[in-house]
Amino acid sequence: MIPAAFDYAAPTTVDEALALLAEHGEDAKLIAGGQSLLPVLRLRLNAPEFVIDLGRIDALRGVRDDGGALVVGAMTTHATVATDPLIAQHAALVSKAVRTVADAQVRNRGTFGGALAHADPAGDVGAPALALGAQFVIAEQGGGRRTVDAGDFFVDLFETAIGEDELLTEIRIPKHTGWGAHYEKFVRIAQQWSIVAVAATVRAEGGTIAEARVALTNMGATPLRATAVEELLRGRPATEDAIRDAVSSVADGTSPPADLNGDADYRRHLARVLTRRAVLTAATG
Amino acid sequence: MTVTADRPAAEIGRDRRRKEDRRLITGSSRYTDNIVLPGMLHLAMVRSPFAHARVTSIDAAEAKAAANVVAVYTAADLDESAGVLINAWPITPDQVTPVHPVLAADRVTFAGEIVAVVVARSAAAARDAAELVDVDYDELPAALDLKEAVQDTVLAHPDLGTNKSALWVFDSAAAGTGGNVEDAITAARADGVVIEREYRQNRLIPAFMEPRSVVVDPTGEQLTMWSATQVPHIVRFALAATTGVPENKIRVIAPDVGGGFGGKLQVTPEEWLAWWIARQVHKPVKYTETRSESMIAAHHGRDQWQKLTLAATKDGRVTGLKVELTADLGSYVAIVGGGVPVLGAFMFNAIYKIPAYHFACQTVLTNKTWTDAYRGAGRPEATFAIERLMSDLADELGMDPLELREKNWITHEEFPFTTVAGLEYDSGNYEAATASAKKFFGYDELRAEQARRRAAGDPVQLGIGISTFTEMCGLAPSRVLGSLDYGAGGWEHASVRMLATGKVEVATGTSAHGQGHETAFSQIVADRLGVPFEDVEILHGDTQVSVKGLDTYGSRSLVVGGEALVKAADKVVEKAKPVAAHLLEAAVDDIEFQGGRFGVKGTDAGVTIQEVAGAVFTAHNLPDGMEPSIDAEATYDPINFNYPHGTHLCAVEVDTETGQVRLRKYTCVDDVGTIVNPLIVEGQVHGGLAQGIAQALYEDAVFDDAGTLVSGSFVDYLVPSAADLISFDAHHASTPATTNTLGTKGVGEAGTIASTPAVVNAVLDAVRQFGVEDIVMPCSPARVYAAIAAARAGDTGTTTEGAGA
Amino acid sequence: MTKIHLTVDGGAVSEDVEPRMLLVQFLREKLGKTGTLIGCDTSNCGACTVHLDGRAVKSCNVLAVQADGGEVTTIEGLAATYDGGELHPVQAAFHECHALQCGFCTPGMIMRSVDLLNENPDPTEDEIREGLEGNLCRCTGYHNIVRAVQTAAAAGKGEEQ
Repeated sequence: MIPAAFDYAAPTTVDEALALLAEHGEDAKLIAGGQSLLPVLRLRLNAPEFVIDLGRIDALRGVRDDGGALVVGAMTTHATVATDPLIAQHAALVSKAVRTVADAQVRNRGTFGGALAHADPAGDVGAPALALGAQFVIAEQGGGRRTVDAGDFFVDLFETAIGEDELLTEIRIPKHTGWGAHYEKFVRIAQQWSIVAVAATVRAEGGTIAEARVALTNMGATPLRATAVEELLRGRPATEDAIRDAVSSVADGTSPPADLNGDADYRRHLARVLTRRAVLTAATG
Repeated sequence: MTVTADRPAAEIGRDRRRKEDRRLITGSSRYTDNIVLPGMLHLAMVRSPFAHARVTSIDAAEAKAAANVVAVYTAADLDESAGVLINAWPITPDQVTPVHPVLAADRVTFAGEIVAVVVARSAAAARDAAELVDVDYDELPAALDLKEAVQDTVLAHPDLGTNKSALWVFDSAAAGTGGNVEDAITAARADGVVIEREYRQNRLIPAFMEPRSVVVDPTGEQLTMWSATQVPHIVRFALAATTGVPENKIRVIAPDVGGGFGGKLQVTPEEWLAWWIARQVHKPVKYTETRSESMIAAHHGRDQWQKLTLAATKDGRVTGLKVELTADLGSYVAIVGGGVPVLGAFMFNAIYKIPAYHFACQTVLTNKTWTDAYRGAGRPEATFAIERLMSDLADELGMDPLELREKNWITHEEFPFTTVAGLEYDSGNYEAATASAKKFFGYDELRAEQARRRAAGDPVQLGIGISTFTEMCGLAPSRVLGSLDYGAGGWEHASVRMLATGKVEVATGTSAHGQGHETAFSQIVADRLGVPFEDVEILHGDTQVSVKGLDTYGSRSLVVGGEALVKAADKVVEKAKPVAAHLLEAAVDDIEFQGGRFGVKGTDAGVTIQEVAGAVFTAHNLPDGMEPSIDAEATYDPINFNYPHGTHLCAVEVDTETGQVRLRKYTCVDDVGTIVNPLIVEGQVHGGLAQGIAQALYEDAVFDDAGTLVSGSFVDYLVPSAADLISFDAHHASTPATTNTLGTKGVGEAGTIASTPAVVNAVLDAVRQFGVEDIVMPCSPARVYAAIAAARAGDTGTTTEGAGA
Repeated sequence: MTKIHLTVDGGAVSEDVEPRMLLVQFLREKLGKTGTLIGCDTSNCGACTVHLDGRAVKSCNVLAVQADGGEVTTIEGLAATYDGGELHPVQAAFHECHALQCGFCTPGMIMRSVDLLNENPDPTEDEIREGLEGNLCRCTGYHNIVRAVQTAAAAGKGEEQ
């Protein structure tokens, strides 16, 4: 319950934070909202010597409209993202998924960027970001910024494209205005991490699926985009049977974890059922 | 002073809001961890990560040298005054009981056992230094799986030569309480029905919300321990019995205690270490466990395999029941660890007239966390088994499960009824509770919806589960406990002090930790003495105040402690009568007491009990030779156990595509006799239901092959939240108990005992149509889905805890 | 050690703290605000819930240094209840509805309920249940806690009218 001792700094600019990262190297750990980091520190599963608090960098907060995309500051809390009207209008999938993250208190502190950078495969923000083709803006040493596509951002279990001396500043989410969306999360108790979840967003024309974006949570080391299924869904009628058929291969080739909640086969089965439900709900509201 | 005319006629039965609440809702609580004493030192434990290992060396040099560290202790430092942890209930004379030292010496026997303690000036310094203690272990093979452990292939304690601790047997033919079960089974095999099942009782963690905490102050004449315990009196006795400190030098206080559910009726290594260390360092010490420590070190509950044989006639009359249990003790026999399944022995026959009964329980040592009482303690396991069996038998016979139960239960005219297990049930009305429950539940409508969904092949199927339970509580008649070799009595004590100002101070030997005794007991005393509810103060949980007692567990506080209270209050009235007569210049025989007033028959003359108290305080004008006190105490030993009962009906929706189970409706009608406070009773039922439902659907203490508790935090041990449960439809019936003055029955455990089989029966009722016969608890979505899939593939569900769960 | 300044239950406080000190430890150990309790070490139970800058947070999951400059309200500062003062409507509803037994989850449960009603003054039962998903109670089965939040919500509506 008591973390190991560490030194601490709370920079107020991205440049200061980068300088601290450069100075302390692998001894340092960034803290965003801290909702995943602090439990780890309390249990002493990790004991960084230096903690850099991003909470005082005001520039990293907020949601803005940037034409074709929304820009979400990495330190914007889940609670803000979940209730932001721009996100609800142009990236409904994100709103819906973020509302399922942990619980209200955690959403009040936890940040969108922090969760993405933490890259827990059972976390609920990765799949929607991936499905919507988000881009990740990363601040590099020396003041540069680079942008990484969602497909390249998630590298492995708890590992992203963010380098050790870099930090995530913004997430750019292409607008999907008018798309239906649903995040189908499967848990045994409400507060649990996703056993499996499916993020789906659909542009429907009449009763037909014109375009669909689908991504899976906790079906592997990283969120998985189901592009083959997206292709199969294109042009299909938005009916249960048609969707069932199109999504039947969604879990093929996945390597989901096995734990007390179920083995890999069960999770693959769930992925098929949940994808059907998510797409149907996204397509028909 | 005048008679308090505005006092309502009866406090008993009123839904009084609780006296306890204000301090708890404003943050003025006094839980043990809130206590800070001058010079207080803090303890941190070094615990074994291995289930079974030889401790080859402990190097504490670095820890001892760390800043703010006062001492580091290992088993080598302990002396006899550290004591040992006791088992108070050896269930057989030849029970194999490993010695339970407060610190592991050369061998650790479960993952979580303490091997060293750091004492430091702050909790942080203690924790930091604990990380520096270097312990070398040689891993030993661990006895983990219960069924394997009973084979003695790997020994939890090699020096004992066996894992088998005790075999406890009851046979109705031998006891003369019924027939021979083998005969009944043979007859049923020839011309009847025999149901053979093996059910699993999943291991549970009590998961009280307040982690255990202990503070010991060695200064002063009496050494004082504050502990988050249900049993301050038992802790005091055990400290005296094992640590050499005379009982009169020990004061144990259970201040505000954040829940227990049986999980805090233990005497613990952590308490004993704090006790010993405080005496070594001559400073107050505190130890508060983390939740992670609590999960592995506080005792667990349940964990049995139940092999069951039920014999019946073809028309559904039960003729015999044979129960063979294997129960996991963990690596030590906890204070009543072995006794928990024995408490269940008397309850497998439940509310039914079963002519022949055989019960055998083998308790087994394993290299896992110790087990002991958890809400219901033995009775939930028994109730689960019989209520599952009755539903399985109904299914086998194609009968309605309620009808089958009715055919076998004791009818209300038959009380008092002596059961095949030898208990005398004093009262009950199973017909009335069941009829009422069916009505509130909408039984027929839900059955109709179930049929519709089934016919339509709805992916979401409806299941209806039944549990008509009774239980034995109010622990317990001392003679019965003696006959079972239990190490203490079952009486309870109360004292009533009439203060000079007319207020009343009551000390009870029960020790509340959320039950609302301060409120309910005030109601009883207010009625008994005719004083305002607000004028009664209930004191408890401090051996210096509540000088005698046996504490709170086994739904005993109201039915045993409450009766002691009644008797003490009645003595006060009797002692006050001569004073009143003296003051009124009347004969004692002419004095009648009603509504707090002593009156003289046939006149308007009278004095209030408060006036009598005042007169006794001044003692200026008392009858000759009378001691100036009307205070009284009573110690009550119950004459029988106490038998609440009820009918619980549960409807669940099972998503057959995922295996997800959702509660749809839960109705219960509990007969808990006379109700002192309906609000508190309802609260007890609600909380009990939540825990019983959680056993059925969510909670499971799972160890991996190395003996590590996998569900060792609330991330993996799934305690349900509000979002996972529904509003309950809880009602009462009331058949007063005949064995206590007020007619009360215990309610603390009823909801937990009844609900687990109701839920599992409901789940099975939804999926039996596919051929599923059993699903191991917790009925997780993975297990439910796997059972459906296997049954559809032609493989009937078997009782394993295997893959997919 | 880092010097922090914040407002706790309406009062200005200033203390030197180790950066590793959790907000809940700061409240309990440095300020003696023992009304806020610790029930777990994985931020599941919610017993330690307080308000930080007006929103419910788990104070075990915030470093004291992160709260520097902030405004914290604990169960002890929710209403001026010392010396018999009036309870906050949510506290009153918990008492009225028998929404607590052992009381250990109660401070966190009340603080979260207040936050929930601030967000949504007229919640449905489902919204209340979902809204309390981060607070565990072992005694009540939540039935009466839900009733209490409904009662407090109704009382709030009564005040507005």
